[in-house]
Amino acid sequence: MAEPTGTTWNCYDAATMTAREIYGRVLCELADADQRIVGLSADLAKSTSIAIFEKHAPERFFNVGIAEQNLMGVAAGMAKAGLIPFASTFAAFASMRACEQVRTDICYQNLPVKIIATHGGMSFGAAGTTHHCTEDLAIMRSFANMTVIVPADGIETANAVRAVKDLPGPAYIRIGRGFEPPFYESENYGFQIGKAQEVHPGTDLTIIACGIGVLQAVEAAKSLKEVDGLSVRVLNMHTIKPIDSEAILKAVTETRRILTVEEHNVMGGLGSAVADVIAASGKGCAFFKAGLQDEYALVGYPEDLYAHYKLDANGIIEQVRSLLKVEFEEDEDWNDEV
Amino acid sequence: MPLTREQRLSLHRRAKDLRKDVVNITNFSGGAHIGGGLSSMDVLVLLYFHYMKIDPQNPGWEDRDRFVLSKGHGAVAYVPVLARRGFFDFEEVKSFNKFGSPFGMHPDSRRIRGCDASTGSLGHGLPMAVGMSLANRLQGRTCKTFCMLGDGECNEGVIWEALMAASHYRLTNLITIVDRNHMMIDGQTEDVMAIEPLADKLAAFGFEVHAVNGHDLDALAGAIERGIAVADEDLNVTAGLKPQAEIRKNGHKPIAIIADTVKGKGVDFMEGQVPWHYGSVDSTLHAKALASIDRYYEAIFAAEGGNNG
Repeated sequence: MAEPTGTTWNCYDAATMTAREIYGRVLCELADADQRIVGLSADLAKSTSIAIFEKHAPERFFNVGIAEQNLMGVAAGMAKAGLIPFASTFAAFASMRACEQVRTDICYQNLPVKIIATHGGMSFGAAGTTHHCTEDLAIMRSFANMTVIVPADGIETANAVRAVKDLPGPAYIRIGRGFEPPFYESENYGFQIGKAQEVHPGTDLTIIACGIGVLQAVEAAKSLKEVDGLSVRVLNMHTIKPIDSEAILKAVTETRRILTVEEHNVMGGLGSAVADVIAASGKGCAFFKAGLQDEYALVGYPEDLYAHYKLDANGIIEQVRSLLKVEFEEDEDWNDEV
Repeated sequence: MPLTREQRLSLHRRAKDLRKDVVNITNFSGGAHIGGGLSSMDVLVLLYFHYMKIDPQNPGWEDRDRFVLSKGHGAVAYVPVLARRGFFDFEEVKSFNKFGSPFGMHPDSRRIRGCDASTGSLGHGLPMAVGMSLANRLQGRTCKTFCMLGDGECNEGVIWEALMAASHYRLTNLITIVDRNHMMIDGQTEDVMAIEPLADKLAAFGFEVHAVNGHDLDALAGAIERGIAVADEDLNVTAGLKPQAEIRKNGHKPIAIIADTVKGKGVDFMEGQVPWHYGSVDSTLHAKALASIDRYYEAIFAAEGGNNG
């Protein structure tokens, strides 16, 4: 891999860099301004691109070897002693091998450890289920004090990394392997933790997506407009927790049909978070959760897996069309539904 | 410096009162991990009443020494130590185990003044202590972190991950102490899951190991002082931002102390009894336990040559 270089106006070049490379560069930039930042990894410095930080600030980088539980415990201890640790490993190991350390050492003590989990979802497709991670959002979302973010691309990863730096508590940022196509063109679109962004307007149905689903959903919305004459709204729900209830309820009220799209088991992740909000509101709507339907993914290139599990534009189009056929109480008087 | 006779007597008096606190808490809280609390008490007293640089008026003092009770079920001993050291009033401890109390079976650093880490799930404390030690060294602080492990706790794989890291980073500002009371919930450590030869294992992991009698204050003091001396020597060399590789090349081996202890120490009917890992004491047992502690210390003070209790 060629040494990444930044453009003249930024510390990274989104056109040529993967999300994790961008993460590494932004972390260097943040670390120059804040001596409290330290980087940690568990023998995945290169794979998670935190090696860029290691090269930049070697005295502030710690590779604990293939020991993810220790990685999270050490990060917690560092935070207790005044540092802001960014700990990087694959999502499967961050959320499952080190699950209890994240929950008990980091979240219970509400420490500012920032976990950058790469290779989330099925992005490490050919590696198989041991290296896929389609449970992490459910796990992390259930930990009190935790903020959970799934950026849509490298640029949003940069925004998320900057945003979590000064959060007083822990954060989990889930990114892919880094070969995902870019969605945003610049960082200046008003990223805010806990605030969904409407990335395509619409009134017939709303797709609430995160991660790779955002670009695919927008492409689907464009096709549906062209081919079916449908007006499909797309929300980039980059923050799974705290979830943007306001944007969800606005979508329910205005479009009455919600499709969630996540690279995750449909149990406990984005779709469940959205469903919680809808259920608590007492408002009825047609609803479907796209994602892995309680199964482990096959082996293959990520794009083939996304197509197979209907998470690409074509798959999303198909699911939007089915959801439009679902009947539900359509009257405008919701009092009888509460 | 070795303990003077006066210091030793004063620490024994302190430990005697605290052993009674442990028995009292076990009585009024309804039940506690009394066996391992009593086994760890002499180490705790030496650290908190003699060696650790701490300020109960300023528990968040950045340069303070840290203590991580990796065997978090020792809270029944740790909490009264913090109280008697002045972090809070012992009266508050009367809520131990009760609804909404800051004090449960396992210490909560968000609720207990002076508690440096929430622990209780075994294997979690040492990694955090490693992190604290790395962070303090990186920030140029000369403070030390003491971490107390249970011997049964050493079954946890992550303990060895953390030991590997402490050794790799030549983390001499971390002083690891194993409360080797030889017992765990289901029986003798060597019957349930043998950890011997523990000293050899720690040495093989890159530690300078000091195996001492965990109730002999002088022996413990010697080991702890060796740890502090090595830490100070290394910290003089490595203070501030230095490449990790350089620190690793020049540092000493970190110190591990195996404190050979007796579970339930000081209460004769609990000593060496597996079922007293966790238990409760009714008023009869309560009185018996306190009387036993009195006898235990009468012997110690007699050996010191005089009535100093």
